Amino acid sequence: MKVRVLVRPKRGILDPQGEAVRGALPALGFEGVRSVRVGRLIEMEVESDAEVEAMCRRLLANPTTEEYEWEVVG
Amino acid sequence: MRVGVVVFPGSNCDRDALWAVERAGAEPVELWHAEADLKGVDAVILPGGFSYGDYLRPGAIARFAAVMGPVERFAREGGPVLGICNGFQVLCEAHLLPGALLQNRRLRFVCRRVRVRVERSDTPWTAACRPGHELTLPVAHNEGNYFADPATLSRLEEEGRIVLRYLENPNGSANGIAGVCSEGRNVVGLMPHPERASDPVLGSEEGLKILGSVLVGARV
Repeated sequence: MKVRVLVRPKRGILDPQGEAVRGALPALGFEGVRSVRVGRLIEMEVESDAEVEAMCRRLLANPTTEEYEWEVVG
Repeated sequence: MRVGVVVFPGSNCDRDALWAVERAGAEPVELWHAEADLKGVDAVILPGGFSYGDYLRPGAIARFAAVMGPVERFAREGGPVLGICNGFQVLCEAHLLPGALLQNRRLRFVCRRVRVRVERSDTPWTAACRPGHELTLPVAHNEGNYFADPATLSRLEEEGRIVLRYLENPNGSANGIAGVCSEGRNVVGLMPHPERASDPVLGSEEGLKILGSVLVGARV
């Protein structure tokens, strides 16, 4: 089965990449963007989703600075 | 005294660290990431570099290398462990030190000499310094912006676990933190590179104060 894991900086944590992207958009004429957060998308093929939660906790995300969510996509 | 330097795939300060350890008066010992063996060393250094290409997060994959099992046991038994730059990131990922190193606030790789103040001399890696002692050391990092939640930061301050502080913050680090130590004080992580300031030909040998400290500690 396919699993998609989304990892992003926790709320309140400085995200300099997101800030840089937010700053670049108006330069291209895209106005009205209030905030941008840049995260990471991880797609995996697994035999079972039983251990995905543990994978997220132990390796895929750093619980000190990041939050994550995951879903089975097919 | 024998000081081990771990070599991960992508470490690039390992040779410098081995060389500087010898300059500081200790016997350098190379430790290979894939071997769960510390070869009986008296202290361990995790050097700078880009272990595993910094993939996922700096230090995230190195932290599970075979050598890290014995390093964690050694640290929990009170053995002196120093993480420099990427080594600091590995120690945070391994939960041997609190917090994390985020991307520099201004998205720039910072590569220059900075002034730091030694806040504490009661660690094996600062025992040759006096508190308040100022050192000029090179930094070279993209993720050196120290972060910990407010409760952890105040605990670190109260317990005197900020070991080095920048005089001018180069990366947005919380409280100007350049280095912290573990609860037991034996595990220290630093963003500056003492091994790059270990010979007059490099412009400074102030880094030997840090690397030589572990010898002072051994005599106590």
